Amino acid sequence: MSRILLVLFVAVLASGALAADGDALYRTYCSQCHGITGHGNGINAPHMSVVPRDHTNASEMGKRSDEDLFKVVAEGGSSMNQSILMPAWSGLLEDDDLHALIRHMRALCCE
Amino acid sequence: MPVFTDPTRLLALTAFALLSALAGADDVDLAASCGECHALAAPAPGATAADARLSEQAPPLWYAGNKFRQEWLEVWLQHPQRIRPAGHVPARHTVSTDDGDQIDVESLPEHPAFPAGKAGQFAAALSRLRPHDALVEAEDYTPGSVAMRMGTMDFRRFKGCIGCHRDREETGGISGPELAGAWQRLQPEYLVSYIRDPRAWDPAAAMPPPGLNDRAIHNLVNYLRVIAEE
Repeated sequence: MSRILLVLFVAVLASGALAADGDALYRTYCSQCHGITGHGNGINAPHMSVVPRDHTNASEMGKRSDEDLFKVVAEGGSSMNQSILMPAWSGLLEDDDLHALIRHMRALCCE
Repeated sequence: MPVFTDPTRLLALTAFALLSALAGADDVDLAASCGECHALAAPAPGATAADARLSEQAPPLWYAGNKFRQEWLEVWLQHPQRIRPAGHVPARHTVSTDDGDQIDVESLPEHPAFPAGKAGQFAAALSRLRPHDALVEAEDYTPGSVAMRMGTMDFRRFKGCIGCHRDREETGGISGPELAGAWQRLQPEYLVSYIRDPRAWDPAAAMPPPGLNDRAIHNLVNYLRVIAEE
């Protein structure tokens, strides 16, 4: 029993110590396609029929409101007549996570 | 939303997985042998998907008995080959270059190989970890077929699986596990159920639910069967 309690205790500590921020979320979920630096050149990009969005492009990103970005991240590319390769992340991530991602994308393009 | 938003259910799953793992200690000590890298218990209640994912070092094994085919596990543990070309959390192995992001292959950990007897013991012990029997039993899937051309178009163009997964050697994205060998590796009901709702299986899942109906999911799984048997 003490072994079980120890494992549970460590698991709780580990999860609490790794509260995710926008940068960590972006690296974990977005960078595989959009790239570590946000330039749209992630490890999957060479295998995709549509080039992932370059989140550092201030001109392109400036055309999209935060509401538009939230919708496409939450509901997927098809919700905005964009690529189906962009999945709907609301089934996996919490709203707070999605807002943190939008803030990080704004930082990539415009700060 | 997934069962993992229910702390009572999550605690029960965690206890089940731990007790199951410890029950296998007569044969092999899973906690000592696998637990350093692989999770043998469900993530802590209340953990977000991102928290849970970032705390992992390797694919979780706490539901291995509902996921893997035991005979495949026994062979793989003797001759391990990389299933995830970019590792379990690709960002940890990704470097930015002038030619786009690349995987630092040298940073990817190698899985140890075991002799046949030990591999069989591990496979048997892992196959006892079955906290998701209810998810498996909820599926009504009979393996079928699909025309190769249609299946390929579906996987690559219509459903976009190709963005993260390979369906042929060297063809497809590398952040997710390769799927050319998925049929030999994974139980059919696991494939169906996981595609339907990854977080019902694992709060640390990296794949968002694609929102497909039964027929679409069955067609995809049939395609994985067809490419495995071609």
